[in-house]
Amino acid sequence: MRVNFTVNGRQQEADDVWEGESLLYVLRERMGLPGSKNACEQGECGSCTVRLDGVPVCSCLVAAGQVEGREVVTVEGLADYAKHREDAHPGTGCASGACGTTLDAAKRWEARPTDGRTGEAAELAPVQQAFIDAGAVQCGFCTPGLLVAADELLEQNASPSDADIREALSGNLCRCTGYEKILDAVRLAAARQEETV
Amino acid sequence: MGSQTRATTAPSGSPTSIKQGSKTRGGIGESTLRPDGTLKVTGEFAYSSDMWHEDMLWGYTLRSTTAHAEIRSIDTSEALATSGVYAVLTYDDLPTGMKNYGLEIQDTPVLAHGRVRHHGEPVAIVAADHPETARRAAAKIRIDYAELPVITDEASATAPGALLIHENRDDHHIGHVPHPNIVHRQPIVRGDAAAAAERADVIVSGDYVFGMQDQAFLGPESGLAVPAEDGGVDLYVATQWLHSDLRQIAPVLGLPEDKIRMTLSGVGGAFGGREDLSMQIHACLLALRTGKPVKIVYNRFESFFGHVHRHPAKLHYEHGATRDGKLTHMKCRIVLDGGAYASASPAVVGNAASLSAGPYVIEDVDIEAVALYTNNPPCGAMRGFGAVQACFAYEAQMDKLAAELDMDPVEFRRINAMEQGTLLPTGQSCDSPAPVAELLRLVKSRPLPPEQQWLAAGEQADVRALPGGLSNTTHGEGVVRGVGYAVGIKNVGFSEGFDDYSTARVRMEVINGEAVATVHTAMAEVGQGGVTVHAQIARTELGVSQVTIRPADTQVGSAGSTSASRQTYVTGGAVKHTCENVREKVLELGRVKFGTYHPAWATAELLLEGGKVVTDGGEVLADIVDVLENESVDLELEWRHRPTEPFDLRTGQGNGHVQYSFAAHRAVVEVDTELGLVKVIELAVAQDVGKALNPLSVLGQIQGGTTQGMGVAVMEEIIVDPKTAKVRNPSFTDYLIPTILDTPTIPVDVLELADEHAPYGLRGIGEAPTLSSTPAVLAAIRNATGLELNRTPVRPEHLTGT
Repeated sequence: MRVNFTVNGRQQEADDVWEGESLLYVLRERMGLPGSKNACEQGECGSCTVRLDGVPVCSCLVAAGQVEGREVVTVEGLADYAKHREDAHPGTGCASGACGTTLDAAKRWEARPTDGRTGEAAELAPVQQAFIDAGAVQCGFCTPGLLVAADELLEQNASPSDADIREALSGNLCRCTGYEKILDAVRLAAARQEETV
Repeated sequence: MGSQTRATTAPSGSPTSIKQGSKTRGGIGESTLRPDGTLKVTGEFAYSSDMWHEDMLWGYTLRSTTAHAEIRSIDTSEALATSGVYAVLTYDDLPTGMKNYGLEIQDTPVLAHGRVRHHGEPVAIVAADHPETARRAAAKIRIDYAELPVITDEASATAPGALLIHENRDDHHIGHVPHPNIVHRQPIVRGDAAAAAERADVIVSGDYVFGMQDQAFLGPESGLAVPAEDGGVDLYVATQWLHSDLRQIAPVLGLPEDKIRMTLSGVGGAFGGREDLSMQIHACLLALRTGKPVKIVYNRFESFFGHVHRHPAKLHYEHGATRDGKLTHMKCRIVLDGGAYASASPAVVGNAASLSAGPYVIEDVDIEAVALYTNNPPCGAMRGFGAVQACFAYEAQMDKLAAELDMDPVEFRRINAMEQGTLLPTGQSCDSPAPVAELLRLVKSRPLPPEQQWLAAGEQADVRALPGGLSNTTHGEGVVRGVGYAVGIKNVGFSEGFDDYSTARVRMEVINGEAVATVHTAMAEVGQGGVTVHAQIARTELGVSQVTIRPADTQVGSAGSTSASRQTYVTGGAVKHTCENVREKVLELGRVKFGTYHPAWATAELLLEGGKVVTDGGEVLADIVDVLENESVDLELEWRHRPTEPFDLRTGQGNGHVQYSFAAHRAVVEVDTELGLVKVIELAVAQDVGKALNPLSVLGQIQGGTTQGMGVAVMEEIIVDPKTAKVRNPSFTDYLIPTILDTPTIPVDVLELADEHAPYGLRGIGEAPTLSSTPAVLAAIRNATGLELNRTPVRPEHLTGT
């Protein structure tokens, strides 16, 4: 079957999709967007979390056909999504789909030069930078899913308590960090968000 | 650092820090950020499961549905006839006479031949154009099994007439084991435990059971094999030791090692679970057979069968002590279940035995550790490696003794704490700082978290803070609090005479007018942050700010394994050593070019700092750029830590370990005694790291290790049916690892007492925090409930007696 949907603000079309294929498989293997991770593929670990019409979901549990005509944001689009949320749609995100990434911008994004030492030169969503700065990234396999979930939390709740953060991220397993640095990162992103308001 | 974390300076009288190199920005001791951080937060970092190649096929493994059976026949014809299938391979298709592999003992079949020995053993492999096609084709392979009785424990393994798991053993342990179903046995006898027991005022004994833990790294076993025009293969894979894989792959494929080019692709955690091969040979076989690139990615179910686990253990301990709290003796027997294949079992036995007395002064010991061959899932390396199981038992014993003597458990431990110079059961002297008492003091001196925090918000209980959380099972009625302590000792690096070396290649040149260092090693970056500290070491030693870390591959010499807390020590040591030699070459060039201009070139001790050649007095002699100009310096060197020696097979005596690492925990738990639910409130940890090369990464390792230890205390266990030896819970639905809601605040105290034998004085850190975390949580639950609790993980039925 053919599936038409929007990924990170761009219209996409996937052909020859099997009925049983998950959104995760289509993103990773057909769209060339491997950022969403395949750790358990049964909705238990949150590594494949994406936003579907703004709502965080495990993309491994979403059948590809279910996303027909809908909007998906993956970790690859998080920086752009956050930028538009702040610039054009304060507080509401980009769910209208009216602010897609141009092809030129997408190409620039793919070729983004990074400072080999700190990554400071890259254009990142605040929550992405906070994860780096707080040491919340180790092996990093849980990171994309956590970032999508944490970004959505901060969109809904600009100054979450620790209990709020724990509740919001309880569907995302991390095996490396012991979660302390992840808490630090979300607190840091929230604090920086407050500073800029 | 988080607000909960404090760094502590060394207590007075401790060794001073080791002399360090330059003060170039981004050097050792700074919390520089990960060089791969940006790629990892943008989703661009290429993990092994993200590899993609045009015209690529998908591999799939058919695994045995039974734990022990003869294979009468395998019929692959229907699978092979499936549209989209390119190859179906079994044992008969292996290209050479070498059909097994293994880390030390080559007893693991690439594909089962004649017999399967554990549930989930690989029997056939399929390559197809879509992963679902491969799965469906594999389901059409018909295997005729003749079931055999399963061997699941020591009694069934050594029973008269028991089937031998490996009937024709010829490994070098067979000569000294009491039964062929025992992989390895290590006794340690020192002093006279029986005579010492006569001096004891109290003697306590206990039997302890440690469940089977899984590494549960998030990135599944995966990789891509690409056939090459020269008849070889390029393999991109997540592993812990490229060269060890290569050594095992090449003979099976019948290719010389230089025809198999391995590159590390992104590793999503390891924790010991990637020391053994998983899909490496299978992907290469399928690629060479089909002539097409083949990618294999395990799903989570398969991952539980695709790697070895932590050895479950049964431990019997006896300790004695005098009325004033001095340990008199210790006897113990540790039985580790190694499962169907040897993997790292022999080394795990050596560790369990040699570290079985813990960080305590006990002169008279009688120790025995064995690992069994059974039909249970194979067990091997996991964070803590044999020391974890022992720590769980000896720390429970310390609490029992303290209770028997009516002493404070921390005070009892302090009285017996080892220190620098203490002899271990192996007779080896601990010749670097061993701040056991100080680590315990640090965790004990922290203020306790406030009681009944669920009431903090007001009259309504905040159920999120209660055991059971949002399940809304209690409002605090049956909740009691407990506090427990534990401390542990772990060896660092490979022991027992292993040639534990690493290789680093370092190049220094001028690029775009700036001096740049390039570091190339085969070290597997599995998330621990080795790539970060290698750049820091190069900056420190070479005085440059720009350092490029080349991807790890087999084009450079072996780095050894990313395990045993050894990589910063050994590969870090190799990078330091090579940088020092590169620096000498640079200074040599400088002397030739500029030596006549200033006498300091010949007379002073020279350093590279901030892109310049400077004297130890701080005088600048030249820019490195001017020294190098168009020349480059390029060296590849090996580096070894001081040698170790094997343990005597009869007495266990020998200088078997190179370094020790120590951590202590205090756990605060709340237990709902009605429902049998546990919530860990806080898990404070103190650890000596020798020298924190990257403080932020150090904290991440300590907190992560602590959480894995907590996991096995309260939830993590692979459950194997004792009647069938089948795994009951191979999924993240049924094998639980701690979520952010299960994991408490983890405040950390870091000590930096330099080990004068190690590079920069550092101490391997990754494993020690996993040891004492488990017994501390158990001690706290015992303290809260008054129950004996000799088994981990603790389950609700253990707490409610149901």
